[in-house]
Amino acid sequence: MNGFDSLSLWIVITGMAVGSFALRFAFIGFMGGRPMPAWLMRHLRYTAVAILPALVTPLVVWPSPTGGEISLPHLAVAALTFAVGYLTRNVLWALLSGVSGFLVLFLLG
Amino acid sequence: MAITTTKSLFWKGLRDSLPFLLVASPFGLLFGVLAAEAGLNVLEALAFSLAVFAGAAQFTALQLLQENTPLLIVLVSALAVNLRMGMYSASLTPYLGDAPMWQRACAAYMTVDQSYALSIVKFETEPEMTTPQRMAYFFGTTSVIAPSWMIATVVGALVGAQIPASWGLDFVLPLAFLAMIGPMLRTPAHMVACFVAIVAALPATLMPHNLGLIVAGLAGMMAGAQTELWLERKAARRSANQETSS
Repeated sequence: MNGFDSLSLWIVITGMAVGSFALRFAFIGFMGGRPMPAWLMRHLRYTAVAILPALVTPLVVWPSPTGGEISLPHLAVAALTFAVGYLTRNVLWALLSGVSGFLVLFLLG
Repeated sequence: MAITTTKSLFWKGLRDSLPFLLVASPFGLLFGVLAAEAGLNVLEALAFSLAVFAGAAQFTALQLLQENTPLLIVLVSALAVNLRMGMYSASLTPYLGDAPMWQRACAAYMTVDQSYALSIVKFETEPEMTTPQRMAYFFGTTSVIAPSWMIATVVGALVGAQIPASWGLDFVLPLAFLAMIGPMLRTPAHMVACFVAIVAALPATLMPHNLGLIVAGLAGMMAGAQTELWLERKAARRSANQETSS
């Protein structure tokens, strides 16, 4: 088992459904045409580019397929995926390179 | 100038959104596969996609659930990833805020990266559009993406149930995120935010219950916001200097 039960899962699904909708609805539903404070917008602009890397970094440095051991091949595949995404500005090419790299790791490992 | 009807704008939005299918479908598929690997059945995976309809947040929650994170932290982290939806909603409000409440409620559910990115450009470049026309275009952009995301999730969950855990597919998740991050780094401030978050994330793993994710994320957000301010002030100083010297 993965350590979470069905109840936890449904709590998370329900909580996220309510929370995500609230986030999306809050402004368009209640704010009318009023502008948002500048400092808030300035921070919100960086949520995705901060939280996603923070989530990814430990998963790449201590990858689960090696049981959490630092692994150069895994780091290399991650760097490749990121680099392709950054250079091509195209999520799809980046994902394709990542998956190809993963297949190489899988076949070699 | 061409006369555009509300109906034709819906179809325009739909056509404009088609290239994004190439992105949404693989990620939906991947979510389904990883959900199945994590032990979710097809119904649970579909309910997840239907109820939440936000790729990055869904991946985040799935990962944290598997790490035995307290539920409150799972929710806060996943919703933090979704904070940008709040930003989208805020920036669409001046264009769609006059629509009837039920339409705004539907639009809120349909606010995703793709519909926002397409619509905001359209609304800014064609300010003469009426609110019903804008709504038609907005709904057009999601009317194919949303069902494809759900179908891809189901297909992924069915396929994923056949894949043995020994394949180590969980490593595809950070790769999927990395693929999303690269194209998001459009300005120096984005890069600073990303870099600070990465550096902060490693020591932050010592914090209990995956709280480090929120701390490192906040550090990155503040770094990005401060960099933006600093660059703006620098640019303002430069143009002020030019004016006085000319």
